[in-house]
Amino acid sequence: MSTNQRSFPGQIWDFFCSLKLTIFLLITLAITSIIGTIIPQYPNIDERYWATISAARRAFYDKLGFFDMYHSWWFLALLAIFSINLISCSIKRLPHVLKFVTEPAKTISETQQKIFPGKEFKLHGSVDDSRDRLTEFLASKFAAPVITKDGSHYHLFAQKNAWCRLGVYVVHFSILVIFAGAIIGNIWGYKGFVTLVEGQTINSVKARNNKDIPLGFEVKCDQFKVSFYDAPGGGSSQMPKEFKSILTLTENGKEIPGYKYVRVIVNDPLSYKGITFYQSSYGPANDPTTFYFTVRGRDNGKTEQLAIRPGIQSKLPDGRTVTIVDLTDNPGEGQVAVLALSDHGKEPKFFRVFKNNPTLDEMRGDNLIFNFTGTDARMYTGLQVNKDPGVWVVWIGCIMMCVGLCIAFFMSHKRVWIVVQHGYARIYGNASKNQPAFQTQFEALTEELQKQNI
Amino acid sequence: MLSAKLFNAVTIFYMLSTISFFGYLASRNKTVGLAGSLLAWLGFALQTAALGLRWKESYDIGIGHAPMSNLYESVLFFAWSTVLIFGIIDLKYKYRIIGAFVMPFALLAMAWAQLYLPADINPLLPALQSNWLLYHVITCFLGYAAFAVACGVSVMYLIKAKSEAKGNEAAGGLMSQFPPTRVLDDLNYKAIMVGFPLLTLGIITGAAWANYAWGTYWSWDPKETWSLIVWFIYAAFLHARFTKGWVGNRAAWLSIIGFGATIFCYLGVNILLSGLHSYGSLN
Ligand code: HEM
Repeated sequence: MSTNQRSFPGQIWDFFCSLKLTIFLLITLAITSIIGTIIPQYPNIDERYWATISAARRAFYDKLGFFDMYHSWWFLALLAIFSINLISCSIKRLPHVLKFVTEPAKTISETQQKIFPGKEFKLHGSVDDSRDRLTEFLASKFAAPVITKDGSHYHLFAQKNAWCRLGVYVVHFSILVIFAGAIIGNIWGYKGFVTLVEGQTINSVKARNNKDIPLGFEVKCDQFKVSFYDAPGGGSSQMPKEFKSILTLTENGKEIPGYKYVRVIVNDPLSYKGITFYQSSYGPANDPTTFYFTVRGRDNGKTEQLAIRPGIQSKLPDGRTVTIVDLTDNPGEGQVAVLALSDHGKEPKFFRVFKNNPTLDEMRGDNLIFNFTGTDARMYTGLQVNKDPGVWVVWIGCIMMCVGLCIAFFMSHKRVWIVVQHGYARIYGNASKNQPAFQTQFEALTEELQKQNI
Repeated sequence: MLSAKLFNAVTIFYMLSTISFFGYLASRNKTVGLAGSLLAWLGFALQTAALGLRWKESYDIGIGHAPMSNLYESVLFFAWSTVLIFGIIDLKYKYRIIGAFVMPFALLAMAWAQLYLPADINPLLPALQSNWLLYHVITCFLGYAAFAVACGVSVMYLIKAKSEAKGNEAAGGLMSQFPPTRVLDDLNYKAIMVGFPLLTLGIITGAAWANYAWGTYWSWDPKETWSLIVWFIYAAFLHARFTKGWVGNRAAWLSIIGFGATIFCYLGVNILLSGLHSYGSLN
């Protein structure tokens, strides 16, 4: 390149328009992106990680932004240069391409005649007559031609799909659209998280930076449930099948139609006013402090409610006492309470009571039949709460990119010229993509033309 | 299960096909080459049936889902896609010899899956219960397969270009079997032209799914990032053709490196790095 004569701004412009820079940037982005896949990234760094690296290394990585590298100044700078490269390149080339599409060269140059595939054939009628018949032929078999007189001969020019030369620019523009969507989301959106105990209502969520963000409406968790897959041998396995929150939204305490008892599961979020709730995690909210049972006498059939608190002896209808010893919750058997039954100072008897399964306890043979109905423990549900007004811009960019790629790769701008002279004519063809396919098509066209015997 | 036996048969077909293609390379006997293609197609038909059967079997045991949910199933699907893309190129461009450089990928994948990977049909975790899984896996793996073909063609390009540079292009030699470098370069480009939009769609469907499942279309998780790295490499390849000094050898190398990154994205990330896509892991 002889940039010696170029002014300094001119040189900078050339630098940003160069495709070598594009390749350099793409490869640099590819290589540097690896860093963040090897070094753990905020906010997902395990505390134990720090012990595995030296303080000096930690300080060094910190300085280079390696613990949050995709938001580090140098990575963002690379993306900015990438965008500038893309924009400058388009500014430089697009006007030419637009001109090429809207004002195509209607005559074929000497050079093009040498490089494009062509064929010569004899004409029988007068030049004008042949020209008209050839025009008709092109219009019916390919596309309506434009006729240009050039001295003693005529150039017929016909083309198809000229606009598909713009496909590449659609792809490039789509990248900027996606960037714009991401920036919009970053500025006007947020990502938050909220945990809700069954029965609890909230009207704000915690953002990543620990700030409370008001929602403008209230969210109540009515219920949370986990279900498990059946184990191969019967019973249920440890593998969760579904986590389900039942939510109700209200605005200033008033019900919102269609937002009462809404089910939210993984892969099926709930959206209201641009804010979306995703099922994310769950767990027990508190240890149980009270265990509920019903006790039925085998002889008299009388049923009584019983609330047992840990560490406290509870009296049974027949005068014996019972204490709670343990609570287990194994997949496959559900919640099981272990009870100790004491009969006036005798050795206590221990037994297990399965939740909601009185028939099992009947088999124990005791006069009193226990049914474990539940505890006062509550589950909490963890919901990811997002607002991203830019996401639609991102999807539009993605669709543009796919459409643009298909146009750029699978459609082709086809051109055919016929130069008509006294006694003979020459036909030339050119396609922007997929030459072999065009070659076949072009040959068929020429054959057809020769059969016409013009 | 019947499908497991069928997959074993498929592996044998791909092995015979690979052997035939190697035989074709050595003997230049057209019939041997044709046998290679036919065996590949037969294996492909059988594998299609076996995949359908496995799908049905998953319903029979009550956890019905498409056979694309764990490493074993994805490796099978990768082999299937590779043979499909090779078959299309074989039918369309008639350069059968490419099979000698592409069928080994399919064979390797099948053999690995059948010999070393657990083939159980497992129920789906809640995060995977989505139709997006299907769209995402199909687009990604068809893309990967196209890149595998491009890589095979690039290796051929480098071998051919080297022998041409040395000037031992003796008529009748092994190299005379290879398509001209111009054609190989073009096939490489064509395969990537198919693979690139598919990978792009794969990344987009993955992002759409992530957004639907947990509200973030991009979180720089290692798997996502590696798919983007692959995308950058092939984007560089596409622009290399317009840049002096980057065509030919360098483009072929970019294609090979691109496929290396693809394999790392597919397997290396799960084995060596940790991330959201834990379902692909070995244990
Ligand atoms: C700094 C960024 C970029 C610049 C400056 C740039 C520039 C260019 C230029 C000048 C062309 C040639 C157009 C022609 O003459 O036909 C091109 C082609 C192309 N670019 Fe880019 N590009 C950039 C990034 C990207 C990216 C990230 C993609 C990814 C989708 C992409 C996709 C394409 C495609 C698909 C083609 C057409 C290739 C072909 O027809 O073989 N570009 N680009």
